[in-house]
Amino acid sequence: MSSTLRQGRRRPATRVPPGLMIVGAVFALGFLAANAAIGYVVIDGRLDGQWYDIRDLGFAVQELKAQLDAINDDQPGFLDDIVGQHWMSYAVGALLGAIGILSFIGGALLVLIWVERRLIGRMQIRRGPNRVGPYGLLQPVADAVKLIQKEVLTPDGADRILFLLPPAIIFVPMMTAWGPVPWAPNMAYLDINVGVLYLIAVSSLTTLAVFLAGWSSNNHYALLGSMRTVAMMISYEIPLSIALLSVVLITGSMQLSEIVQWQADHNLWLIALLPIAMVTYFFSSTAELNRTPNDIAEAESEIVAGFHTEYSGMKFGLFYAVELGNALLVATLVATFFLGGWSLFGLEEWIPGYLILFAKLSAAYFVLVWLRGTLPRFRLDQLMRFAWQYLIPLSLFNLLIVAIEASLLARWDAPGLVTLGLFTVVNWGAAYILFRDWARRIGYQPDAGGPRRAELTQQVGGIEAAHRMGTAT
Amino acid sequence: MTVDLAHYLTVSGLLFGVGISIALAKRNAIAVLMGIELMLNAVNLSFLSFSRFSGAFAIKDNPLDGHVFVVFVLTVAAAEAAVALALSVLIYRRRETVDLDRINLLRW
Amino acid sequence: MESLGIIVAFYLLSAIAVGGAIGVFLASDLIRALAFLVLSFVATAGLFLTLSGDFIAIAQILIYAGAIPVLIVFAVMLAPLAGRNNGNGLYLVPGLALGAAVAVTVAFVAVDVEWNELSGALLAERDFATTANAIGNALVGRYVLAFEIASVLLLAALIGAIVLVREDEAT
Repeated sequence: MSSTLRQGRRRPATRVPPGLMIVGAVFALGFLAANAAIGYVVIDGRLDGQWYDIRDLGFAVQELKAQLDAINDDQPGFLDDIVGQHWMSYAVGALLGAIGILSFIGGALLVLIWVERRLIGRMQIRRGPNRVGPYGLLQPVADAVKLIQKEVLTPDGADRILFLLPPAIIFVPMMTAWGPVPWAPNMAYLDINVGVLYLIAVSSLTTLAVFLAGWSSNNHYALLGSMRTVAMMISYEIPLSIALLSVVLITGSMQLSEIVQWQADHNLWLIALLPIAMVTYFFSSTAELNRTPNDIAEAESEIVAGFHTEYSGMKFGLFYAVELGNALLVATLVATFFLGGWSLFGLEEWIPGYLILFAKLSAAYFVLVWLRGTLPRFRLDQLMRFAWQYLIPLSLFNLLIVAIEASLLARWDAPGLVTLGLFTVVNWGAAYILFRDWARRIGYQPDAGGPRRAELTQQVGGIEAAHRMGTAT
Repeated sequence: MTVDLAHYLTVSGLLFGVGISIALAKRNAIAVLMGIELMLNAVNLSFLSFSRFSGAFAIKDNPLDGHVFVVFVLTVAAAEAAVALALSVLIYRRRETVDLDRINLLRW
Repeated sequence: MESLGIIVAFYLLSAIAVGGAIGVFLASDLIRALAFLVLSFVATAGLFLTLSGDFIAIAQILIYAGAIPVLIVFAVMLAPLAGRNNGNGLYLVPGLALGAAVAVTVAFVAVDVEWNELSGALLAERDFATTANAIGNALVGRYVLAFEIASVLLLAALIGAIVLVREDEAT
């Protein structure tokens, strides 16, 4: 194995020059100011004298773009000839969307670090962060300050350029994948026709960044971690894609807003119609996330920290942020594809769509945290076998069933709700039989012994047990 | 100033030329594969640009024939990459090298 | 094609694509060459977008920037350090000469020939908002035989690759 590493030569440590930090701070302040200004313009309704409800943020932006187009048409300046018509509405729309997505992710990341650690602490019968600020609320800030202060190391013999790139390029798929998500009927940044394909394509770019990170570190553990990641990602991309394919088959569109619109029109969430696809998608995307039940790529008890072993300071912080952001993205996509997105059985007339979506994605995110807090880590071979022997056959069966149903839907002129109800019943039956019997077919033996319920914690101790026995301080 | 068919075809030709140089000049079997992928990519580019600009073909009823061709090229490229990489792994296992200048069993 | 944005995008993306390809040639290490290759492919996907091929562009990213590099990574990692050398072989001069000849010829033909080109309104008809539907219809309609053959080819490649690299369990 030692022949796979390069010999390095010593280089002096580099420090971040203070000028760069000042530039960064100015940039961040300008970003915040622009954010506030645009938010003020949109919410204040200075556009045409009308007042816009905050729940119609999507329509307000549409209105803003229409106004800008009108201005463009009235006075076509020289820029129109060069850049093209309606450039103002494009530019403003892009800016608004980017700022909205960036600030949502930035804010959500800060909150989520705290929420997740507290929740996991709760699940594992400990307190979680509780020292910095009230209830430990300032813990994310403290973490960020600590990460920024740390020295950024580059190991000897590392491929310096390739070592520098991955923390930056791994951010790109995470950010761009947020584009097609519809937050409300008219609130999608990048509502392209091939949205589902776009999501799969963009998220597959993460693999390469992770591999480059592990390879360029010149470290055995990092290399092992990145190879594990690559193997796992190409395994789990297959059931993920097939699950999304069944969604596309039923709704007849690859556009995310159309998929949500279909669910809103039929008053039926796809979790009811496609339970197998939902479970397959959810589990395969958690596997791609490198989070605890499946975090063999950075298993700290086996290979130190996996592909980011050698990354320190804010470079590590970027990997951490991308991990959280991807988890949030998966929760959002599950909510969009299978939980109805911004629709809530007609209630979206009264409640802003993005709040509904946020509630749903929080629920999905809670399940992610729950999985992370309770399940032990899989072994690599277990994880691989689970993908190839369980998820892929199941998703193929599901695709077969859904294809038949989709062609029947296209042919029958039956009343939609009755047909869909029938399909729902059929699919849940199929899901029950498949999940149960396929596991037994590939060797799962539920009665082979071992504890059926975890009762150990209450017998041994922990905070809960202490409370019950009345011995808590 | 416009960008038309000639521009795209020139870029396609440049990509193809670089790809052919890589495929011929490199010693490593995997680098040769990269060159071949570049060549296929250049061909895709010219397919798409003909599909968009050219009025020579009777494709009024189906203007996306070039796109369909590119889909097939992508399929073949994926299959070819899988088999070629399997072959190079196999050769490495048998001969302990992927150096094409030393894999000369069939030369004479 | 009048707007400046398309022109700037064309020149920028072509420069990145050709530069990335040249980078594959010049890189000393196979993994660096791979990074350049992915750069070139992504830039080419951008060129496809300027040709209003949105489906093809995304499929390009999916296959050329997502799938094939991973395959290459696997093949590279199965060889030791010496196998990652991106050196030139015996055919360096002929290869360069042939590449230059092909590039010059194609470029000369591309510039010299009077192409039967569409323009104006006819060209604007090819500004597709979406191509996915039409490509799908063509694949299962007019080209269904080729489509089936391609799927058989993929299956054969899959099985062939597995059979080739399978360790002989008998010995």
